[in-house]
Amino acid sequence: MKQKIGRWFIPAVGGLAFIYLLVPIAYIFVFSFNDAGRTNLDWRGFTLENWQNPCGAPAVCESLAHSLQVGTVATIAATALGTLIAIGLVRYKFRFRKLTDVLIILPLATPEVVLGASLLAQFLNLGWELGYATIVIAHIVFCMSFVIVTVRARVSSLDPRLEEAAADLYASPRAAFWKVTFPLLLPGIVAAALLSFAMSFDDFIITNFNSGTFQTFPKFIYVAATRGIPAQANVIGSAMFILALLVVVIGQVISYRKKKQLENS
Amino acid sequence: MTVMTKKGIVDLRSPEEIRAERRKGRTGVYLIAPGMLVLALFFALPVVVLLAMSLYVKPEGGEIGEFVPGFEIGNYATVLAAYWPELLRSFGFALIATVLALLIGFPMAYLVAVRLREKTLLQGILLVLLIAPFFSSFILRTQAWKQILADEGFIAQTLKFLAILPADGHLTATPFAVVAGLTYNFLPFMVLPIYANLGRLDTRLLEASGDLYASPMTSFFKVTLPMSAPGVFAGTLLTFIPAAGDYVNAALLGNNRNTTMIGQIIDSRFFKVIDYPGASALSFVLMVSILVLVTIYIRRFGTKELM
Repeated sequence: MKQKIGRWFIPAVGGLAFIYLLVPIAYIFVFSFNDAGRTNLDWRGFTLENWQNPCGAPAVCESLAHSLQVGTVATIAATALGTLIAIGLVRYKFRFRKLTDVLIILPLATPEVVLGASLLAQFLNLGWELGYATIVIAHIVFCMSFVIVTVRARVSSLDPRLEEAAADLYASPRAAFWKVTFPLLLPGIVAAALLSFAMSFDDFIITNFNSGTFQTFPKFIYVAATRGIPAQANVIGSAMFILALLVVVIGQVISYRKKKQLENS
Repeated sequence: MTVMTKKGIVDLRSPEEIRAERRKGRTGVYLIAPGMLVLALFFALPVVVLLAMSLYVKPEGGEIGEFVPGFEIGNYATVLAAYWPELLRSFGFALIATVLALLIGFPMAYLVAVRLREKTLLQGILLVLLIAPFFSSFILRTQAWKQILADEGFIAQTLKFLAILPADGHLTATPFAVVAGLTYNFLPFMVLPIYANLGRLDTRLLEASGDLYASPMTSFFKVTLPMSAPGVFAGTLLTFIPAAGDYVNAALLGNNRNTTMIGQIIDSRFFKVIDYPGASALSFVLMVSILVLVTIYIRRFGTKELM
């Protein structure tokens, strides 16, 4: 009897939880087809117009372009800096190791509102004007810790003997790194970069503290929320979601194929 | 240490031993210096500036937003006296949301990682659905909840029809809505680390404990849960910390005096009231309280695998 309860309990709760997770996403998707004009609060009929003209509402595409720009720059910088740190920390000896660990972990244990507020205090103190540059700096900082943690796990799980084997076969240290180490680290680095981009693109709180009048997509939605979000924002949200699904699916397929290849060889 | 055998030169050291002989030298410093400099200048230094700013004073006859460096510890007493309920509420909401996320998230992770282990396709689909919310705007999703739970919405109307909700009751603008929103938004942060741990769970252990006459319940508490402890630990931290500082859920789903969280106060102190010292003091209090709570939690339940 108990066995039976266990058998349906997990799928039932898990299934309901997945529905809970997906209901708002489905809602956003459905309401991207709403013929609602600017407010999009209740259903007024089906239209494809929002999808045909996603930039129709003012400021939607402009803020989207800003977010994509900030996300790209912050991701590249955070991934590069974070990867270097991850490799350095695993492969080399340091004094002050405790200190570097604290500097890496502490941002992860600090709520966004504090990260945002402290950076704002810093920028106010320096007299810097808030805008594109300050947002990019803020995003690099909060993405970097995630990159370090993700890539470091990958570097640690790497067998150092592989690199030594390359050296035994007369590879220069540079060649050993680029031909052996880097390709093995690449999946971890790509995952870290995707995570960085997703977090930067979706960040509201830290951005809100350090952006001044510079509009990003989440900021645009937050401000619009008080008077109604245009349906075009739903179009962009849905499109991003579908794009992300494709990226994740492609990633899954690639790793599945590699597994198969390894099994067959 | 290497030895010659018939197969050639063999390295007898384990990877751990090789790693222990970490290379010394400048290269390592060059690798970490740029990133560490960024963290020092734009994380560590700002926290110090925040601390300093929390002690600033308003000069006599100064304008709004004009402050001079000082050492006014009284700033802390002032903001704590005014906003301790919001601070406590933030931790309370975050705690409830974390517990709920664990109760919902564990079965999800177990379903995907263990139950569907043989069904690769379904497992892949559900895993994709778990990761996907990260890529759809969380403010849009929170706003969607607001509209789904709205007074004229389907759910509120049905609950009113069934007299579960009083005719003049609301779902939004309540603590319930805010906690539900927090639980919702941070659920993937709970599920993914647990999933990663359960993925490595050897189900033969459960069969073994069953063979030794453990009830499924006992097996769960004595085998599954301890084996997934690092994931549960990481998931609870990844949910609690951002939830305690969040103000988007409180602003969109609550926006009511009974739901105000500390993040909203910090935001409005900075931008509406222009009280930089007060806002800084509250931020610093929030940061230190979370660090203290997290440290106690790590000491009590922590595992070394976390780092």
